[in-house]
Amino acid sequence: MKELVNFIKKEFKHILRDTRTLVILFGIPIIQILLFGYVITTDIKDAGIAILDLSKDQTTQDITSKLISSGYFVIHKNLNSYDEIEAVFKQGEVKEVIVFEENFGKKLIATNSANVQLIADATDANTANIIVMYTSGVILDYVNSLNKTIDAPFKVDINERMLYNEELKSSFMFVPGIMAMILMLISAMMTSISIAREKELGTMEILLVSPLKPIQIIIGKVAPYLLLSLINAISILLIGYFIFGVPINGSLVLLMSETMLFILLALSLGILISTVAKTQQFAMMASMFALMLPTMLLSGFVYPVENMPVWLQVICHLMPPKYFITIVKGIMLKGTGLFFIWKETLILVVFTLFFIGMSVKKFKIRLE
Amino acid sequence: MKIITVKNLVKKFGDFIANDNLNFEVEKGEVFGFLGANGAGKTTAIRILTGLSKPTSGEIKVAGFDIYKQTEQIKRNIGYMSQKFSLYEDLTVFENIRFYASVYGLSKNEIKQKSENLLVKLEMTTYRNSLIKSLPLGWRQKLAFSIAIFHNPKIVFLDEPTGGVDPITRRMFWELIYDAANQGITVFVTTHYMDEAEYCNRVSIMDKGKIAALDTPENLKSLFNVKNMDEVFVKIAR
Repeated sequence: MKELVNFIKKEFKHILRDTRTLVILFGIPIIQILLFGYVITTDIKDAGIAILDLSKDQTTQDITSKLISSGYFVIHKNLNSYDEIEAVFKQGEVKEVIVFEENFGKKLIATNSANVQLIADATDANTANIIVMYTSGVILDYVNSLNKTIDAPFKVDINERMLYNEELKSSFMFVPGIMAMILMLISAMMTSISIAREKELGTMEILLVSPLKPIQIIIGKVAPYLLLSLINAISILLIGYFIFGVPINGSLVLLMSETMLFILLALSLGILISTVAKTQQFAMMASMFALMLPTMLLSGFVYPVENMPVWLQVICHLMPPKYFITIVKGIMLKGTGLFFIWKETLILVVFTLFFIGMSVKKFKIRLE
Repeated sequence: MKIITVKNLVKKFGDFIANDNLNFEVEKGEVFGFLGANGAGKTTAIRILTGLSKPTSGEIKVAGFDIYKQTEQIKRNIGYMSQKFSLYEDLTVFENIRFYASVYGLSKNEIKQKSENLLVKLEMTTYRNSLIKSLPLGWRQKLAFSIAIFHNPKIVFLDEPTGGVDPITRRMFWELIYDAANQGITVFVTTHYMDEAEYCNRVSIMDKGKIAALDTPENLKSLFNVKNMDEVFVKIAR
């Protein structure tokens, strides 16, 4: 036990004396979460639009002012003819042009129907989609409000409610995702690098010849990163909570326990990588490609798994971060208890035991 | 008294036979040289004796313990130094000593006392708190050796301990080896410097996985009727 404590002390010295490691440990997580928070956002806010109002009556003006007051749009220009539409898109300041046909208001009252055309800049397809959706929403809303005063033969009132993320904030999505990614990266990459370093230096041989048991060496190497990863997880949650307003509706104890479980999983993956990696370089590349990219692309963090082809979905189900993200979203946004996420938790436990088993086996083979 | 006995040691990697039926014994307190060209099977043998690798077959005892069943006892009774000198560059001289000593279960007081004596002996007291990376190679090598025998092992295994070091430092390093031998520590050393073979009590020369010769340097020289170990080696390797 005393040997182990000394080993862990030594490990902390390595970490604290290496500025590069410290930057990776604490700088990158914070930079990443701020980047994701401020840059990669799918929320629409103050999108530039132009309006070609061929009618210029009370109705079109009401709709226009409703659009502005929604907060999603800013009117950059009022157009006078169809010929200007192309030019205004090419200038790039405008994402959408709204065209009201002639006599819009009169037609609406006389025939119960009028046409509005939405033209969006689809060079950015996602944004175009969302903008068109939002615009239709605002217009339909207005029409519905008219229906309350006019007696329409049929009408369906749609009441929408976006449960657990009422304002559709993308930060609600990325905070759990980024937590999975950073914990995976820090825990797995840093441990595999630090074990590979001992091999490169030749100190691993000395340790293996010494009375230390392989399990002590592994625990000694991993323990500091367990603590540091936990600090990382807490700082991500704090930034998420205080800067981006992501709630923690469920039990904090449960959230931290699940986080610990995921850190253990990532650490055991790191050990597994280090059993095959002979150099720090290899350990780093392996962690990057084997862990970071799949975590980003195949875990449902950025792209929804449901939209992928079936064979890719099968692969996605083998990605541990997917389950962790589901768990974290459940606890943070829905306030779910263990009762509803025991399946995902069990899967993570099985993954962890599997990786630890594999590492122990490989560690022994490596001694041959 | 025999401190290492090796009977019919065989180590195969697939079809390749790295150690082909080795038989030898090492006496307590002697400096035993383990020579051979690169790829002759020296490293494989030393890895088996230190427990880093398992033999395919053979009966082997190190420090009186069986290498299959008593690995824990063996580990407590041996020291090991590789050609990389294996110190932590970002730790200080004293931190390295303290870490390795604690791995072998030495107490705090023991470590403190012994390390002060060691630093005086190596004339490194002023460098107690210097990082290893700031020290010249020769000093690192001496320190690595001193750390390998810090826990008073019965045997110390040195795998090419003088690689890449200048002749004067090598000479001084051999003084440390003799010093250890005088304290009763058996020294098992591999090298490819033939002049160093002359310093050993007995040498074994490996060739293609087998022990081609094993005797004192004097006997070997007269057996092959040559003046130095270099020529002995050339005659065997041919």
